[in-house]
Amino acid sequence: MSQLNQLLTYAILIFVAVTSLFPMYWLFNTALTPASSTVKLPPDIIPANATFDNFGAIVKASGVSKIPIPGSDEVWRVPRLYVWFFNTALITLVSTAVHLVFDAMAGYAFAKRKFPGSNLLFAMILAALMIPAQVTLVPLYMMITQWKLVNTFAGVILPGLADVIGIFLLKQYIQTLPGELEEAARMDGASEWTIFTQIIVPLTTPALAVTAIFSFQRYWNSFIWPLIVLQSPDLFTLQVGLSFIHTSEFGTNYGLLMAGAALAAIPMIIFFFAFQKYFMQGLRIGAIKG
Amino acid sequence: MQALVKFWHKHKWSYFFIAPSMILFFIFIVYPVAQAFLLAFQKVDLRGGTWIGFKNFTDLGASKLFWSSLQHTFVYAIFVVLAWITSSMVVASLIQPLTNKVQSLFRAAFYLPNVISIIVISLVWIWIFEPDYGFFNFLISSAGLPKVLWLQNPDIALWSIVLSTVLIVPGSGVVLYSAAMGSVPRDYYEAADVEGASALQKLIHITFPLLKPTTLYLTVIYTIAGFQIFERVYIMTGGGPINSTTTIVQLIFQTAFSDFNFGRASAEALILFAIIAAFSFVQFKFLSTDVEY
Repeated sequence: MSQLNQLLTYAILIFVAVTSLFPMYWLFNTALTPASSTVKLPPDIIPANATFDNFGAIVKASGVSKIPIPGSDEVWRVPRLYVWFFNTALITLVSTAVHLVFDAMAGYAFAKRKFPGSNLLFAMILAALMIPAQVTLVPLYMMITQWKLVNTFAGVILPGLADVIGIFLLKQYIQTLPGELEEAARMDGASEWTIFTQIIVPLTTPALAVTAIFSFQRYWNSFIWPLIVLQSPDLFTLQVGLSFIHTSEFGTNYGLLMAGAALAAIPMIIFFFAFQKYFMQGLRIGAIKG
Repeated sequence: MQALVKFWHKHKWSYFFIAPSMILFFIFIVYPVAQAFLLAFQKVDLRGGTWIGFKNFTDLGASKLFWSSLQHTFVYAIFVVLAWITSSMVVASLIQPLTNKVQSLFRAAFYLPNVISIIVISLVWIWIFEPDYGFFNFLISSAGLPKVLWLQNPDIALWSIVLSTVLIVPGSGVVLYSAAMGSVPRDYYEAADVEGASALQKLIHITFPLLKPTTLYLTVIYTIAGFQIFERVYIMTGGGPINSTTTIVQLIFQTAFSDFNFGRASAEALILFAIIAAFSFVQFKFLSTDVEY
């Protein structure tokens, strides 16, 4: 490749990359800019007097949760933003962990065990992959209402545990594992549960990691279902809380809003850099199915 | 009885392994999907449902808002799919000749924005589109042009939402195209060189056909994602101004959770389902290929 060509390639790529990353940069730039400098022209392309004031402001603006302390009349006052952080982490971790275990079990059964009904059930799972989530939104809401789970974490978590993509991905992966180890263990009298936990699960680690990472991302960022189910601000997740602040009196205080958005984004950014390899692998596993 | 015991003994572990996820699957996916089909033919209120045949669908056919929301959704999906496929293919082919290290740096840079929630992204775009102090109007007025009401002008708002989506190159497309290009055997190009093929001929006759499976996959997932656009609209405009950005999922959300018309919302969801299924089918029909290498 000629030098000019190479220079041009880099120029285009860097321009496109800068454009793609600009909203993220602007998010952090505004979050770190003092409130007085947010509304001025020209804007600071790099924060002139970088400050964490906006972060303090969003913590205050989110309000205060009063958490009763068991066995006493006292209440524990916590800024709501911290509570939202905790709620999001709790919902995400519980959902990811439970569905990972269930998906691995089902993926193993569909991949390695033949049993009456397995083909029919798996065909149903494939068909369900095509159905957009909006179809089940109203029936699920009616169900949750009937079960009196509106405004509870159980109402958010339970329907989200049903997942077909994870079962599908893990089945595809486990199918490629050689069967000898399993057979040998069975000869030695290992129980089926032992075979699953001691042989299948360790060999499936890469696919489990990919599934876990995509679930984590999906639950952390999920919006419409928690928005519908959760009603009291103390139970909100970060995404729902952000949209709540956006429609509140602080909605046009962009420094404050960007600080909140940055706080919701930072865990995912760290998560991405920590598990970058698996994100890229996961895309390819996902694409092979197509 | 004996057979039953034997059957149980043989298969109990299989059923044990699938039981938890299949129970969840039937309660939270199969049953609600069936329910959606029933609700679409009912008028649902607090006391329960009454059967009204196709009335929900004929009402939708007569509703201006429904047709305009379909139109907005199509506009959004078509532009986003075309832009994303093109930009990710171009970026992937540009990074192809670079060293592995630089390639993975660029892939990470393009993938990073994808991990952040659309709520966060949409909030940033509201700020970038802000009329007085937003970055876009700052750029425009520095160039001496009049300010634009990006999200407040009903003729422009939908295009602003499209713009906020297409300006970001999708990391998934870059990663997948880049992987597909990396696995095209070099001999193909060398043979073409010997035959004296031009760069454009090589692109049309070698690269494009070999990328077809990736293009098919990405077109299908981007189309599905495009038709399901909701969060961006909900946060950035709420469907306004004067319904100029209402998309089909935004409409489903309003019908269900502002009007509490569950029957009609289900009918809208089924129409979305039908559109997505039809598009996926057509794309498989026209883009699928048996090229192997």
